Amino acid sequence: MKQHRLKRLYGVLFIVFCSALAFVLVYFAIRDNVNLFYSPSDLFENPPQGRNAIRAGGLVKIGSLRRSTDSLEIEFIITDLKKSIAVNYTGILPDLFKENAGVVATGYFNKSKMSLDAYQILAKHDENYVPKEVKKALEK
Amino acid sequence: MFQTLKNFYHKLGSYPWFYKISGKVIPFVGVLSISLIVISSIWGLFFSPIDAVQGDVYRIIYFHVPAVSVSQVIYYSMSVAAAVFLIWRMKMAGVYIKSLAPIGAAFTFIGLLSGAIWGQPTWGTWWVWDARLTSTLVLFLFYLAIIGMQSTFASRKSADTAVSIITLVGVVNLPIVKKSVDWWNTLHQPASISISGESSISNEMLIPLLLSILGVYFFVFFTGLLFMRAEISTREQNKEWFKKLSSNN
Repeated sequence: MKQHRLKRLYGVLFIVFCSALAFVLVYFAIRDNVNLFYSPSDLFENPPQGRNAIRAGGLVKIGSLRRSTDSLEIEFIITDLKKSIAVNYTGILPDLFKENAGVVATGYFNKSKMSLDAYQILAKHDENYVPKEVKKALEK
Repeated sequence: MFQTLKNFYHKLGSYPWFYKISGKVIPFVGVLSISLIVISSIWGLFFSPIDAVQGDVYRIIYFHVPAVSVSQVIYYSMSVAAAVFLIWRMKMAGVYIKSLAPIGAAFTFIGLLSGAIWGQPTWGTWWVWDARLTSTLVLFLFYLAIIGMQSTFASRKSADTAVSIITLVGVVNLPIVKKSVDWWNTLHQPASISISGESSISNEMLIPLLLSILGVYFFVFFTGLLFMRAEISTREQNKEWFKKLSSNN
């Protein structure tokens, strides 16, 4: 490669390096806030301080879902299979919300009861795409 | 072998050669891409099996995945062109970036929009500030910056240089888009298609998806050539070879 082109190649590499450094520093600075939600284990290790809303995510524990008979109030337990926290919520649930499926709940954390008063429930979909017929056959 | 590649590389920088060859290729690529998109859309929307968990709404995958996938590939190719422009001063690389940026922006937008439409019934929200969605929005903003910068310079050469630099700055964001779902807790699920291992999407759903991805890639090839020819004819309209060409037709 000719001398002046080699010099420009170093220039190009320098730009990419500086940009990468900038991105790394930014993500390092906000590393605690990049995660969308805390797992129950995170919440047990470092209970959140202050009165800000937080998000907790994990699986809805099998058999933990309780629905109120006369209102939209529900209670369930979010677990990461190590620790678990109780969640209560009043409102409409997304289609994919069910037991043993991923969920992200936003709300206010109660440190003494290790529970979450949620005002938003989001369902998480996993990366598995299975046809209905196949799933039925597997469950038989 | 190396010599052939080198010759091809030198030819690629020539406007008349590119104009001639692209004119011959365009009809084939156009027909191929449109038919692949039509076939895969009909297959995906009507004939692929219904998903066990999501129901019919999963069919958005046949538009969402091709769009976001091609938007990232376009950006990678633009940053290669940016390096070529800065090192070898190949003008064609500038044409390439200018022509492909709007296509990339359009597909990023389709990806974000189709994702939001899918997210509302499945997750329960149109948008959430998780790492995957936010970094894809950053990709979209880089595309907008590249498009916007094109017209802020008096000379074509300084515009191409500045745009090449901003393109290279943004390329660092792409690995973040790709790995965000593995590095952090996100609402967006990890990838379903795997090149090295086994895909976590069943084959009956995967085949039309791969066809639609292929169709969109050819579509970008097709529109990319069209846009590049338009850009070349704007830049070269007063040149001898171009006048001769247009007077012949």
